[in-house]
Amino acid sequence: MISVRGLKKHYRVHKRAPGLRAAVKSLFKREYTTVPAVDGIDFEIKPGERVGFLGPNGAGKTTTLKVLSGLLYPSEGEVRVDGHLPQKREVAFLSKIMLVMGQKQQLLWDLPPADTFELNRAIYDVPRDEMKKRLGNLVELLAIGDVIQKPTRQLSLGERMKCELAAALVHGPKVLFLDEPTIGLDVSMQVVMREFIRTYNEQFGATLILTSHYMDDVAALCPRVIVIDKGRLSYDGGLAELVQRVRPEKRVAFRLSAAVPLAQLEALGKVVRHDAAEAVLQVPMDQVNTVVGKALASLPVKDLTVENPPLEEVMSELFSRSRADAAGKGRAA
Amino acid sequence: MTRTLRALPTLLKIGIAEAIAYRAEMLVWVLSTTMPFVMWVMWSAVAQVSPVVGQSGRAYGSAAFSAYFLCTFMVRQIVASWASWEMNFEVRQGTLAMRLLRPIHPVISYAMGHLAALPLRFAVATPVAVALVLTAAAELPHDPRIWALWVPCMVGAWLVAFFSNIAVGTLCFFMESSLKVMEVWLACLMVFSGYLIPLDLFPPALRVVAELLPFRYQIGLPVEVMTGRYAFAEAARLVAIQWAWAAGLIVLSFALWRTGVKRFQAYGG
Repeated sequence: MISVRGLKKHYRVHKRAPGLRAAVKSLFKREYTTVPAVDGIDFEIKPGERVGFLGPNGAGKTTTLKVLSGLLYPSEGEVRVDGHLPQKREVAFLSKIMLVMGQKQQLLWDLPPADTFELNRAIYDVPRDEMKKRLGNLVELLAIGDVIQKPTRQLSLGERMKCELAAALVHGPKVLFLDEPTIGLDVSMQVVMREFIRTYNEQFGATLILTSHYMDDVAALCPRVIVIDKGRLSYDGGLAELVQRVRPEKRVAFRLSAAVPLAQLEALGKVVRHDAAEAVLQVPMDQVNTVVGKALASLPVKDLTVENPPLEEVMSELFSRSRADAAGKGRAA
Repeated sequence: MTRTLRALPTLLKIGIAEAIAYRAEMLVWVLSTTMPFVMWVMWSAVAQVSPVVGQSGRAYGSAAFSAYFLCTFMVRQIVASWASWEMNFEVRQGTLAMRLLRPIHPVISYAMGHLAALPLRFAVATPVAVALVLTAAAELPHDPRIWALWVPCMVGAWLVAFFSNIAVGTLCFFMESSLKVMEVWLACLMVFSGYLIPLDLFPPALRVVAELLPFRYQIGLPVEVMTGRYAFAEAARLVAIQWAWAAGLIVLSFALWRTGVKRFQAYGG
């Protein structure tokens, strides 16, 4: 469905020092630098897959999505989405895709969302009967029946994002690019959005690429992740495998019936948290059984759980390693 | 193409709903085009002191100035364009992305937004048209062929105004912002279009320059046709030149768009 080969997107950016002198100087002589936002990435995505793009700010995730959706022309390389070259922006291509950006809106600000839906129906040439059925389904799934007649400017952020998603889907896109779709939403609204996105993917077999800073979005929706850092692809595979690779450790959490001295816990593994009623240890994956056995034998354990380290921590570690590697290379050079 | 044509009525309908969403603001904006009234009062005062004679030998009295500037107000209402400001804003904010994602050319969606504002603008122009007929009917042409020609002349004026805005607007893809270019363009429009002074009153050298530029085809020509300045054959010749300008600006706009949109950086998000 999506094929990316050697994709590069470089921006030419005007650079100048602060202050009036530099401002005047830049009037006569401008200095430009080339910023490699995406610097040679390759991947393939099959129809119906749900893939998460991960990476720190400025890694090139959104730029990649914008190239895939035809907004940006690639500097080098070839991108194909369902056989189309996105940058040509053919009608057939644009009718199959949609990019939802959490920080941009397509809803008409002064009119109710129902008017944007009608506008999209006309633009995408959706037959009225089909539109009625499709919109009925979206309104029901997203529970927006009572808000689509209110002017967009009067909706809450959560209501607006649900309507944005409905507006993006009235033409039934086969490929959905989601750039921070849950940004700014409260936890319960994030769950609603995730469930809806998953249902859409399962019902219509749509291919889905998601970027989000909320790791819960990625964990809940994307069996496969692509990690992009400094414009390069640093990982492509399962989320569980990535976690194992970055943090080949598990967290063992104990609920205790009596306080335990810190030294006793440290003998079992790295102590992440410790108080009178609870202790969390980080232990290598292959030592989990041994540590659990020892703990049950020596500690007043009421309850015990074994889990992966939080995804945020794993990602934070991955990105800080990458920054450290880059700094090391810089010093070596 | 047929798909786009099918979408046009809905685009227009939604555009009208958007245009009248802020009723008071829209009306104030439309009414802010008061310059022709100011010029009308000023030139009428001049005409009362001594008659003003144009290069064509035509004498302009108060009634002639009334007709000229009332027509100028109406033409300006109908051919007004703000596409350049919209494009600059959307390119700088990155919101042009939302137009680019839709399977309809953004220039067409800008055009529909402009056409959707026309009903309200016609509503404002109608009482002025009534005032024109009541106060200066004698200054208007009686040849029905001239009025028949006025319709394509207005369409041509709208095309020149809209596509000159699009052409200047597309420059923001190349130079970060083209608003200052648009300001220069507007300053030239004020001087060379006949908006402030009938071209007939220009010194000969300046008039030659005005006739070589596109600005007069946006305002001056339709006003001159409405006020009976030309015989049918001459008016038809000028309308043909106007349409040639419109065609040139359309070709230029789309060529600039095609090249410029490759440089769009979709900022934000």
